Amino acid sequence: MARHASILLAGLMMACGAHAQVANLPTRSLAATCAACHGTDGRSVSGAGMVSLRGLDRTYLQAQLQAFRDGSRPATVMHQIAKGYTPEQIDQLAGYFAALPRVAP
Amino acid sequence: MKRRDLLLGSGAALTLAACGSTPSVPARAQVVVVGGGYGGATAARYVRLLSDQKIDVVLVEPQESFVSCPVSNLVLSGTRTLADITSSYDALVSRHGVKWVRDSASRLDTTTKTVSLAGGASIRYDKLVVSPGVELLFDEIAGLRAAHTSGQVLQAWKAGSETLALRRQLEAMADGGVYAISVPEAPYRCPPGPYERASVVAAYFQRAKPKSKVLILDANPDVTSKPALFKKAWAELYPGMVEFRPLHKVVAVEGQRIRIEVQDDVRADVLNLLPPMRANIIAAQAGLMNAGRWCKVHWQTLESTAAKDVHVLGDAVLAAGGMPKSGHMANAHAKVAAAAIVAQLSGQPVNASPMLTNTCYSYVGDNSAIHVASVHEYVAAEDTFKPVPGSGGVSAQRNEAEAAYAAGWARNIWADTLG
Repeated sequence: MARHASILLAGLMMACGAHAQVANLPTRSLAATCAACHGTDGRSVSGAGMVSLRGLDRTYLQAQLQAFRDGSRPATVMHQIAKGYTPEQIDQLAGYFAALPRVAP
Repeated sequence: MKRRDLLLGSGAALTLAACGSTPSVPARAQVVVVGGGYGGATAARYVRLLSDQKIDVVLVEPQESFVSCPVSNLVLSGTRTLADITSSYDALVSRHGVKWVRDSASRLDTTTKTVSLAGGASIRYDKLVVSPGVELLFDEIAGLRAAHTSGQVLQAWKAGSETLALRRQLEAMADGGVYAISVPEAPYRCPPGPYERASVVAAYFQRAKPKSKVLILDANPDVTSKPALFKKAWAELYPGMVEFRPLHKVVAVEGQRIRIEVQDDVRADVLNLLPPMRANIIAAQAGLMNAGRWCKVHWQTLESTAAKDVHVLGDAVLAAGGMPKSGHMANAHAKVAAAAIVAQLSGQPVNASPMLTNTCYSYVGDNSAIHVASVHEYVAAEDTFKPVPGSGGVSAQRNEAEAAYAAGWARNIWADTLG
């Protein structure tokens, strides 16, 4: 009964378009800046050639982005993009993509 | 099951309410998106994604399918077909629950918060996204409107049937002919686009009619984007074939003759004149075009400075410093706007530090490409986006790897916009 009431309340709030809380919005928004090239939520289209970021190891992702950022990993584009993000944002991105389930290669 | 019924309750009522006029058009929606290009389609998709499908979205777009302007130059050079650059709107509807109304907006009333459709119906909104693209100002070049209407002088800047028509003109041109493309004064849609087009048309001529010429008549003082890389490609890949003439502003067209503001007239066999551009007329009619030819926005949310709860994005916006009018940038605008709309409708704070990225690839040959990339951060004190110091840049040199990346970029951004 309590469950029913909470469901009803949730439905009413959505109908009014207010206070339907959405989790993790700033991080999802930040991660969306990667999506045009690497796919929505890091899921690259098969055969597109850009790596799928989702489900990669957090430490690995962070290290690669830092390496692009400091120039120690050569690149065509990513060294220019990575320099646009702070170490804190890189950490946030690495944590977000690492937490998503890996897709079949 | 119950939860689903309750969630859908309001939607079902709306559908019933709309039955009196056009059955498929809801009478109201939390978010209405006008325009299904890179900006609008991405906004529709991301409001659904970021709200966990809690916010209902209506997309107003008259075209049957999405035809990409990026990569369309390769249809002109014959290495891609129109089908290769065309995507369906079906996944937005079936996978994401976007309600697609195949009609065009005839009037936006930002006071009553109503979108009127050409088909006669109207939709009330809580939040409106306007992503109408550019209007081509044919009348700013004397004789162009008639020449365009007759099919003699094409723009093919909005990809679609004109892209195929221009391809046919290039195919029909005799070897030894001249193809002339004109570039309007910046800002215009897709800064490197005219130079990419000149390059890949030259690649086609080299394969099929090597005595022909490509003539670029540019109203600007220099190549607008990636100048050194484009000029090097023309000199090395197409010696004697591509001619670039800066500060050549086209003012009139008479038959095959192009009149330039200062210099002598030019004759060409295929004329591809790009008129000056501004925000699409629907934005002007709604009073949103409040910064010369473009629409001014508050950058944290992309909300219009002219109307509350109206978010303008893509090429129609008065760009911030270093920000191109590109499909990639429209996609990036859309995600910032979508996140802001979801936050506002769900009573959460709006992201204080949104980010934008952009990468524009340009083919300079059948198998080589170059890029320009940038990252932009929101600067609250000035209510603008600025390129992050030290970030961004262009290719070290043209290369084959980037031709493959350009193709991969297209597949991923199409999926991110429509998939």
